[in-house]
Amino acid sequence: MTKPKMSGARAVIESLYRENVEVIFGYPGGTVLPLYDELYDANIRHILVRHEQAAAHAADGYARVTGKAGVCLATSGPGATNLVTGIATAYMDSVPMIAITGQVPRSLIGYDAFQEANITGITLPITKHNYLVQDTKDIPNIFKEAFYIAQTGRQGPVLIDIPKDAQIEVIDFEYPQEVKLRGYKPTYTGNEQQIKKAASLIMKSEKPIFYVGGGIIFSNATEELRTLAETIMAPVTTTLMGMSAFPTAHPLSVGMLGMHGTRYANYAIQESDLIIAIGVRFDDRVTGKISAFAPNARIIHIDIDPAEISKNVRVDIPIVGDAKNILKSLIKYVKIEQAKTDTWIKKIDAWKKEYPLTYKKDNLLHPQYIIEQISEICPDAIIVTEVGQNQMWAAQFFNYKNPRTFISSGGLGTMGYGFPAAMGAKVGKPEHTVIDISGDGSFQMNSQELATVVQNDIPVIVAILNNGFLGMVRQWQELFFNRRYSHTCLESSVDFVKLAEAYGALGLRATKQSEVKDVIQEAVKSERPTVIDFVVEREENVSPMVPAGAAINEILDLE
Amino acid sequence: MKHTLAVLVENKPAVLTRVAGLFSRRGFNIESLAVGVTENLDISRITIVVSGDDKILEQVEKQLNKLIDVIRVSDIPAGESVSRELALIKVGVDSATRAEVMQIVDVFRAKIVDVGIKSLVIEVTGDESKINAMEQLLRQFGIKEMVRTGKIAMNRGAKVVQSEKR
Repeated sequence: MTKPKMSGARAVIESLYRENVEVIFGYPGGTVLPLYDELYDANIRHILVRHEQAAAHAADGYARVTGKAGVCLATSGPGATNLVTGIATAYMDSVPMIAITGQVPRSLIGYDAFQEANITGITLPITKHNYLVQDTKDIPNIFKEAFYIAQTGRQGPVLIDIPKDAQIEVIDFEYPQEVKLRGYKPTYTGNEQQIKKAASLIMKSEKPIFYVGGGIIFSNATEELRTLAETIMAPVTTTLMGMSAFPTAHPLSVGMLGMHGTRYANYAIQESDLIIAIGVRFDDRVTGKISAFAPNARIIHIDIDPAEISKNVRVDIPIVGDAKNILKSLIKYVKIEQAKTDTWIKKIDAWKKEYPLTYKKDNLLHPQYIIEQISEICPDAIIVTEVGQNQMWAAQFFNYKNPRTFISSGGLGTMGYGFPAAMGAKVGKPEHTVIDISGDGSFQMNSQELATVVQNDIPVIVAILNNGFLGMVRQWQELFFNRRYSHTCLESSVDFVKLAEAYGALGLRATKQSEVKDVIQEAVKSERPTVIDFVVEREENVSPMVPAGAAINEILDLE
Repeated sequence: MKHTLAVLVENKPAVLTRVAGLFSRRGFNIESLAVGVTENLDISRITIVVSGDDKILEQVEKQLNKLIDVIRVSDIPAGESVSRELALIKVGVDSATRAEVMQIVDVFRAKIVDVGIKSLVIEVTGDESKINAMEQLLRQFGIKEMVRTGKIAMNRGAKVVQSEKR
């Protein structure tokens, strides 16, 4: 069979077809003109964003809800550098993504040409791998490798930089059947001996606890987690990235741990005799003071990335591999007649009763109340968050049921992530209500995307918890800097209703508790892109809180 | 504590940047680094001397292994390996000191690779301590310029660092 001849740009599109790419978030420019010309009549949906950063976040949100790599596209120079925050966000949270950038023609690379930036150099530390196409013939192979690398092992973003002349040059196209990467062979099955050892430790434990993160969602292992947790009757705490991996309302759920975790999750970790850590990396926001973390616990650490084992804490039984595979084997080896955890569970239930997550129940409009109302009215919604107080309240007060319904920038903590990520999530799961829990600060970092959601008819709901502050920073200033609110006040705030209307979206506002239900219902019913401006209590704090550097059981309740 | 790592990598552009960049951003210290192609033309071998305790070494190895273009990382234990460095040393001489310098060169089994009226260029090969000793002795004559390669190392005996198990 002869290989079809085609341009580099066409080869890119053909490669994307073979990877079953259905949507690209992008922004055109000089060095991607040949690619955009091919996209003009390609069978791939292209969503034109208003800032490249949003393209990267949207691809990220799409990937987190679908489990497939999200694809974003930008031109060289500023287009490419605008992707950087979005790529770094995906990298920190291990999200599969393909970022395609145009580059100046090969003959001009290195000459400081117009709109030239060394984007492979810039993204070296924030991509799982990246490529500069130097030989047009390599395009099919590079795409095959890139998608494979992005979507296997510990997933992550891969960038492909394509010089303009390589998009024009004609090659013989043949898409490879398989990848040959001698330096990349992720481990999927855990070591059998280690799994047996873990099982025997689990069977002996009287105070076990599961500590699970994003890895359990990415490996689709939430069912197995539930089975094992119910078998041994052990509580489950999740990281921010692990929210929605275990149903909030499940009797064994103790919610989130760490800095703004529940008291009972933190107490349980500190008092446990065995931590079964899955798809987590013992981040400083989780462990608090590391030398005081879980002093009595043995630790089983299951992770697909060997470099995470014993990086931050000593681990007794490391198991490298895919969480789903390993949990399946563990379930096989853990034979328990009668769970030994009765006393342990009773103790935890008592803590739950004594220290519930709560807030002041008065007539004022508290942000936590809004999250609870959203949870009640839209129980099956996908919740996307910005970063700061809104993010913590969304994690604390929504009742999560199914995996991949809580989407948030956990590692990098990117303000401005939520709205474009919500857009990507809605494109990936159009049948779900998608709500961005936002703050007035974060929303203004990418509010230009209102134009995108209106133009492309992507009916996401943005719920702004508007306190006229950069709330989380203000909270730290209140607690640790004598209430000196240095540059955290956004008081001369925007009229978000008019802003939404100016873009052709629906704008709603609630200033009282009694209005909350109505505006949420109206937003859902409208099936239009909607911004709801919730004018909330200005100095509400996220509580409880472990001060930075303290042990996680040294937890404060804040007013 | 110093460790010597042999890192087999794809012989591709930017691989050295990936490896070196990893060390700087993770705060690992490189004592020396030498790179060259191997018996297999599409594989290069980087010899890195890194200082740190066992925990740091473990992280270095794991992080290196995460790079897609890194094929294999092996620790080359000091006692069971041979290692060499090469240095070129330009020493200022005159008729009075030339003979003495040449004698030192002889004792060290080094070579004089360039002779000028006022200088000699000496090539010396050996392990780190030998080169340090040579440098020490030549200093009194005035070292005008010196360049050292990083250390390269190889296991003794039949043990080899290979890209794949044969």
